[in-house]
Amino acid sequence: MIGNVSGGITPASFAIQRSESGDVSVVLTGHWTLRGMARNAEPLIAQLLPYGRDPEVQWDLTQIVLLDSAGAYFLWRASKGKPPLHFKARPEHLALFRRWAARDVPDNPGVMAHSVSLWSILSYGLRTAVSHGYDFMALVGQFVLDLVYLVQHPKQIPIREISATIYRTGVRALGITAIVGLLIGIVVSYLSALELKAFGAQSFIVNILGLSIVRELGPMLAAILVAGRSGSSMTARLGVMRITQELDAMNSMGISQSQRLVLPKIIALIIALPLLVIWTDAAALLGGMFSANLEVGINFRQFIELLPGVVPVVNLWIGLSKGAVFGLVVASIACHFGLRIKPDTESLATETTNSVVTAITLVIVVDAIFAIIFQGVGLP
Amino acid sequence: MSADCIIELEHLWTRFEEQLVHHDISLCVKHGEILGIVGGSGSGKTTLLREMIGLQSPSQGVIRIFGRDLKNITHADAQNLRNRCGVLFQGGALFSTLNVFDNIAVPLREANLVEENIIRQLVCIKLSMVGLEVGAAGKFPAELSGGMVKRAALARALALEPELLFLDEPTAGLDPIASDSFVDLLGELHQELGFTVVMVTHDLDTLRDLCRRVAVLADGQLIAVGPLKEVMEVDHPFIRSFFHGRRGEQAFVGQEEKIHG
Repeated sequence: MIGNVSGGITPASFAIQRSESGDVSVVLTGHWTLRGMARNAEPLIAQLLPYGRDPEVQWDLTQIVLLDSAGAYFLWRASKGKPPLHFKARPEHLALFRRWAARDVPDNPGVMAHSVSLWSILSYGLRTAVSHGYDFMALVGQFVLDLVYLVQHPKQIPIREISATIYRTGVRALGITAIVGLLIGIVVSYLSALELKAFGAQSFIVNILGLSIVRELGPMLAAILVAGRSGSSMTARLGVMRITQELDAMNSMGISQSQRLVLPKIIALIIALPLLVIWTDAAALLGGMFSANLEVGINFRQFIELLPGVVPVVNLWIGLSKGAVFGLVVASIACHFGLRIKPDTESLATETTNSVVTAITLVIVVDAIFAIIFQGVGLP
Repeated sequence: MSADCIIELEHLWTRFEEQLVHHDISLCVKHGEILGIVGGSGSGKTTLLREMIGLQSPSQGVIRIFGRDLKNITHADAQNLRNRCGVLFQGGALFSTLNVFDNIAVPLREANLVEENIIRQLVCIKLSMVGLEVGAAGKFPAELSGGMVKRAALARALALEPELLFLDEPTAGLDPIASDSFVDLLGELHQELGFTVVMVTHDLDTLRDLCRRVAVLADGQLIAVGPLKEVMEVDHPFIRSFFHGRRGEQAFVGQEEKIHG
C-alpha cells in the first residue's frame, strides 16, 4: 500500500480495452480500498465476475493508485479464488494476494443466535433462582459463622472498615434523609389536616402523624433511600473489585472476603440505619409540626406534649428494630449481588440494578411481615 | 514540512500541574517505517503516544498527522484521520459485552462504508490475518487468553485498513512464545499491508526484531533517534542501563554478531 499523504480518494473503477487482435484486457484504476469501493463493492465484483471466468482476459493492476487487503480480497473473489493466467501488477501489491493463495477465506464465523425454547427459558430461570438462593444462603451462613468467630476473637473485628462504612452510609446520608423526611412530614400532615378539619377532629393529627411516621414512614423512607444510595454503591464497589482482580488478590493472600468486605458492610448498616431512622423520624415530625401549626393551629409545644401520650413508646422500638433488619437486608443483598458480578461491564450494570430493585422490594416485604407480627402491639 | 513525514512533532511541551513531562520534543515518523519509542517508566512515552492519537493535547507545540495539524482541525477531518489510524491498547480494550466478531465489526459498522454481508467477510479476513480461528469469533473477551485478546484487538485496529498503526506495549503481559509469535505476526502484516507503525515498548526483543528506528525518551527529552545500532552507541546513562544492562546484553548477543559479521 503506497499511501498518499493528503488522503483524497478516487473511487475504484475499471475499463475494458479490446485490442485489434481481439484480446480483452481489464484495466483497474483508482483506489481499490475499503473507502474507495465502499458501497460499490458488490456491484463492482458482479461486473468483474464474467471477466474473471474467462482465462483469456488480460488483467492490468498497475494503474491502481492504492490497494489494501479488503480491495485485494474483492479482486480475489472476482477471479474466483484463482490467479488469472495473464496479469500485470506492481510487486508491492502482489504481497496482498499471496495470503489468499496460501489459504482459504473462512466465510462464516459460527456465531448464530441460539435456538430459544420454552424449556431452555424455564430451566435457565430455575437454575438462576436456585443459584441465587444457594449463594445468598451461603453468604448469610458465612456471616453468622464470622460473627461467632469474631465474638471469640474480638481483636480481629474490622473496626476501621465498619466505622468507614457507617460514615459513608450514615453520616453522608443525613442531608438527603432530612430533606425527604421533612417534605413527607409536611405533605402527610397537610393532607390529614384537611380531612380532620371536616370532622372537627383536629387534635387527632398528632396521633396520625406520630404513629404513621414513627412506626412506618420513618423506617421505610430511610431504608429505601439507603438501598438506593448505599446498596448500589456497595454492589458496584464489589463488582469493580472483581474486574480489577482485587478480589482474586485478597483470596490469594488468604484474606477472607466475607470477613473483610461483607461483614463490615452488614454490621455497619445494622448500626447506621436505626440511627438514620431516628433522624428521619425527627425531620418528618418537624415538617408535620410546621404544617399542623399552619393548618389546624396546634403549636409546637402542644404537639410535643401530646405526642408521648398518644403514641406508645413501643412504636419507636418497633421502628428502630425494623431499621436494623432493613439494614441487614439491604447490606446482605448488596453484597450478594456484588459478589455475583462477572468481569464485564454489562454484568456490573445488571447486577447493580438487580441489587437495588431486590433490596427495595425485600424492604417492603419485610415491612409487611413486621406489620403482621406486631399487629396488636403499640396500637391504641 | 518534509513530504515523507506521516507524523510530525514540532517543539512539543507537555505539563501536568507542576510536572514537566515533555520538554521540546521534535520527531518525524516516516512513511512505512516501524518506530519504537522507549524510555524509563514515567518518562512520558505513553503520554506522547496518546497525544499522537489525539486523546490528549500537548501544552505547547504542533502535532501533524498526515500533514494535518491536530490543533486546528474540523470535526469531520478529525474523524477522517481517526479512520486512517488504528490503535492497539495495552490491555486490548476490547468491548467486554461484545464477542470477538462484533468487536472487530464495530469500526466497520460505525464507518458505515459497506453492507452487513460484506462486513461479515471482512471480519473473517481480519480474523484469519491475525491468526485467530473462526471458532474464536463467538467468544467474549473474558473467555480469551492474553495472546488471543491482543490478536483480536489487533484485528479490530486493522478493521478499517489503517495506514498508521499505534501500538501501546504490544507484547506486555504475554509469555515469551506468545510474544514472539505476536511480533512475527506484526512483522508479516507490516510487510504485507505496508502500514506505518509507532509503538511504545519495553521489550528489547520486540525492538530488535521489529523496529527500523528507535526513539529514546529520558528526562522528558528525546535523547536519541535512529536505527537501533546507532542509538545503542549514544552515551547516556539511560541508554547504558537499558541497552547494555544484563537484559540488554542477552537480547543483543546474536545481534552484535549479525551486525559485525
